[in-house]
Amino acid sequence: MQILQVKETIAFMSYRKGALIFSILLMLASVFSLATNKLNFGLDFTGGTLIEVGFEKAADLNKIRAVMDNSGYPDAVVQLYGSSRDVVIRLAEREGLNVEMLGNEVLSALQKGTGQKMEMRRIEFVGGSVGDELAEQGGLAMLTALICILVYVAFRFEWRFALGSVFALFHDVLLTLGLFSVLKLEFDLTVLAAILAVIGYSLNDTIVVSDRIRENFRKLREGGPADVINISLTQTLSRTFITSITTLLVLAALFFRGGELIHGFATALLFGVFVGTYSSIYVASSVALAFGISKEDLIPEVIDKEGADQEEMTP
Amino acid sequence: MLNKYPLWKTLMVLFIVAFGALYALPNLYPEDPAVQVSGLRGVEANAATLESVKNGLTADNISFSSIVLESGQLLVRFSDTEQQLRARDLLEESLGDKFSVALNLTPATPAWLASVGGTPMKLGLDLSGGVSFLMEVNMSEAIVKAQEALVDDFRTDLRGEKIRYRSVKKANDSINVQFRNVEDLTAAHDFLKKRYRDFLMTENTDNLTLSAKMTDQKLKEVREYALQQNITIIRNRVNELGVSEPLVQRQGQKHIIIELPGVQDTAKAKEILNATATIEFRLVDTDGDLSAALNGRIPASSKLLYERDGTPVLLKKRVMLTGDHIVDAGSSFDEYSRPQVNISLDSAGGGKMSNGTKSNIGKPMATVFIEYKPTDRKDAEGNTIFEKIEEVISVATIQARLGKTFRITGAGSQSEAHNLALLLRAGALVAPIQIVEERTVGPTLGAENVQLGFQAILMGFGLVFIFMIIYYRAFGVVANLALGANLVLIIGVMSLIPGATLTLPGMAGIVLTVGMAVDANVLIFERIREEMRDGKSVQQSIHQGYDAAFSTIIDANITTLIAALILYAIGTGPIKGFAITLSIGILTSMFTAVVGTRTIVNIVWGGKRLDKLSI
Repeated sequence: MQILQVKETIAFMSYRKGALIFSILLMLASVFSLATNKLNFGLDFTGGTLIEVGFEKAADLNKIRAVMDNSGYPDAVVQLYGSSRDVVIRLAEREGLNVEMLGNEVLSALQKGTGQKMEMRRIEFVGGSVGDELAEQGGLAMLTALICILVYVAFRFEWRFALGSVFALFHDVLLTLGLFSVLKLEFDLTVLAAILAVIGYSLNDTIVVSDRIRENFRKLREGGPADVINISLTQTLSRTFITSITTLLVLAALFFRGGELIHGFATALLFGVFVGTYSSIYVASSVALAFGISKEDLIPEVIDKEGADQEEMTP
Repeated sequence: MLNKYPLWKTLMVLFIVAFGALYALPNLYPEDPAVQVSGLRGVEANAATLESVKNGLTADNISFSSIVLESGQLLVRFSDTEQQLRARDLLEESLGDKFSVALNLTPATPAWLASVGGTPMKLGLDLSGGVSFLMEVNMSEAIVKAQEALVDDFRTDLRGEKIRYRSVKKANDSINVQFRNVEDLTAAHDFLKKRYRDFLMTENTDNLTLSAKMTDQKLKEVREYALQQNITIIRNRVNELGVSEPLVQRQGQKHIIIELPGVQDTAKAKEILNATATIEFRLVDTDGDLSAALNGRIPASSKLLYERDGTPVLLKKRVMLTGDHIVDAGSSFDEYSRPQVNISLDSAGGGKMSNGTKSNIGKPMATVFIEYKPTDRKDAEGNTIFEKIEEVISVATIQARLGKTFRITGAGSQSEAHNLALLLRAGALVAPIQIVEERTVGPTLGAENVQLGFQAILMGFGLVFIFMIIYYRAFGVVANLALGANLVLIIGVMSLIPGATLTLPGMAGIVLTVGMAVDANVLIFERIREEMRDGKSVQQSIHQGYDAAFSTIIDANITTLIAALILYAIGTGPIKGFAITLSIGILTSMFTAVVGTRTIVNIVWGGKRLDKLSI
C-alpha cells in the first residue's frame, strides 16, 4: 500500500517565505502568551501540597470547600480530577506551619467533615526551594541537551545543519510551551520530560532529512541547493508521514488510555510531533539554506598529502 | 551470495532474543504474599529463629507454603493474604523488638529461573503504592557545628603549647584568634599551620589576630561527611520500620531520597525518620551486687541495663561522656588483628574522657546506645509519646588513660565493630535534616496506574501492528516480529539491571519507543521501495535499502539517546524511569529493527530469484 505516491518533486522551498512568516507569527504568539499568561506551573515547580481523594459516590465540591474553610484552609483549591468521584485539593506553601503533617491533617478533617467514605489516593508535598531548584535544573537540562545536540550534529554533518536543527528544536520547544501557556494546561515534571522527548523526536526527523540532503548533494550533479533540498524532502516525505502516523497512533493510545496522570505528557508529545514534523521540513532546511549551504560544504575534502608535506618542509 | 547471513550471525540474533526472553520470563509469574523477618541492630535471623517461627506458625494453625533463611533474613510465603496477615500479627508479638516483621509480595519465580539470576522488574512507587521522601541536609548548620568544635580544639591546643591568647571566636566563615603580642601570634601561626593543614591561616599583625578559614577541600569534606552520616542514620531507622525493600540513596550534593514501598501510614514513618539517637559512656559498677539488682535492689548510684543478648549489666548512674562529643568513629584492626573501633572526640570530650579514665584504669567501661522511638500512645495534647530505649552495646576494659582519640576492642567480629562505629557516628554530631518533598501513592491508585499503563502499551502495539501489516504486508509482519522482540528485550534488560525501576512515565516511554522503533523499519522499507522503483533487482534493492538507511538510523538514534541521557541525569523517580525505558528502548530497537529484521528477511527472501516483493 502507498499513501503518498509522489511522482514529481514538490517545490517545498518555494513556500519557505510563507512558512517563515507562519513560524515567526506562531513563535511571537508563544512568547507573548508566555509573557502575559505565564506557564501554569504544577506542584513540582511551585511547591505546596496536593491531596487526591477518592470518594465512593460523586463528590460534593461545595461541601468539601466548606469543610476546608472551617478547618482553617480558606486558600485551598478544590477541583475534580478525571472523574466525578476523584477530588484534588491544592494548598499553597505556608510559612511556619508544620507542612510535613499537612496532608494527614487535611485527610482527617475531610473524613470528619463530609462523613463520606473516602480513600487517600495520593499526597504530594514539595518544598518551595525544591521547586525553584527543579525549575533551574529543568532549564539547564534543556540548554545542555540543545548544546550537546548542536555539537554532535556539527561534528557529524556541518555547522549549517547543526544550526538548522537546533533552531528547529528551539522552535518546537517554544511552540509547545506556548500551547501549554495559551491553554493554561498544567506544566509539571512529566511535561518537561515530554518536551525533552519532543526534542528527541523532532531531531530524529531533522537528521533523516539532513542525511538525505547530504547524500543528494554528493550524488546529484545538477540543480542548485534549493532543488537538491526539494528533491530530498520529496524523497523522505513518505517516511516522514508514516513515522508521524505510527507515533501519533501510540500517542493517541496514551492520550485516551494512559489516565489523568500522563495526560499532560501525551498532550505535549502529540502537539510536539506535529510541530516537529513541520519544523524538520521547513525550519531546519530553510535555516541551512539561509546560511548558504552548498555542494562544496558537503563533499568530503580531498587532502593532498604530498603538498602538505612540502609546505612544512619549506622554511 | 547477496542477502545471506552466515549461520553464526543468525544464531547470535536468536541467542540474544532468547536471552532477553529468559530474563523477561520472571515477570509472567504472579507474586506470593509473604512475611519477611529481619533482625535489628546487628541481630541476624538464624536456624533457631527459623525453628521457633515454624513452631509458632504450626501451633497457631497458620499454613505456609515455604520458609527460607537467606542472608540473615527469614522469608515465609503464604498461599493467601489472610494467612499472611495473621502470621504477621503473631510473629510481631512473639519475636519482640529484636526483629522487624514486614509484609511483602515476593515474586514466585521458579527456582531454575532464580538460579540464573532471573528476577521480575522493580515497580516504582507510582505503580506499587508507597511513600517517598526527599530530605535536605542543612549544610550551613553542619559547617557551623564543625567550626564550633574547632574553637574548642584551638583553645586546648594553644593552651597545651603554652601560647597565650586573648580570645578564640567564631566569625562568619572563619575562626579568629586574638593575641596580646606579635611573638605569640607568629608562634601560634607556626604551630597551628602544621597541625591544621586543611585550613587557610592569615596573620594580621595590626590587630594581632590570626584567622583560620576552612579550605574548599575541607568544606567539601565536612559537607560530604554530614550527608553520609545522615544516610547511615536514616538507613538504620528505615530498617526499624519493617518495610520490605526500602531505598535510601543520596541525590546530588545535599539531598537524601527515601522510598518506602507499601507504606501508607506516613505519619509514623515521619516520626521515625525524625527520631533521635545518642551514645553514652558509663563505668560499670563492679562493686554492686548484680544478682541483688536483678531482684530489684538496685544501688542508688547505679542503673541496670541489658546487652543485646539479654545479659544484664550494672552501670554507674554518672555519665562519663555523652555522644555529642564524638567527632568521628571508624573500625580497623589492632596489632593482633583483632577488630577495633577508633573514636575521636572534640577537645572538651577529650578532657572529660581523660579525667574520667585516669583513676579507673583496669576497670570496665560500657557504651550505651540510647534511642527515642515513637510509640502508638499519645499524650493529652495529641503528641506522640517517645519511648527511651537504652541498650549496652559494648563493655570493654580501660587499658590506659584515654584522651581525644581512643579505641575500643572486644566489640566482637569485624562486622560488629563496623556496626558499632556506625552507631557511634550516628549518635554523634549530626547536621539537622528536613523533609522537603513527600509523595504518597495509595494502593488503589498504584494498581490503577499499572492497569492504565498496560492498556496503553497493548493498544499502542495493536494499532501499530495493524498499520504496519496493512501498509507493508509481508514486510510489515517482519517489522512486527521485530517490535515484539524489542518489547521482550526491553523487559528483559529492565529486569536484569538492578537499579532500573518501571514507573508510569516509564510505561509511557515504552509506548513511545514502539512508535519510534518502527521508524527504523519505515526508513529501510521506504528505501527498498525507492531502489525498486529505480529499477534495481529485488536482492539489490534489499541490500541497498539496508545499507543506505543504516547511518541515518544510527545518527537519528544517537541524538535521541543524548536527550534521554540528559533526562536521566537531572530527573528523579518517575522521570528517571522514563529516561531509562527510553534509553534501553532506543538501544534494543536499533538491534531488532536493523539486525533482527535483516535476519528474517535474509532467511525468507535472501538469495532467491524474485521478481516481486511483498512490501
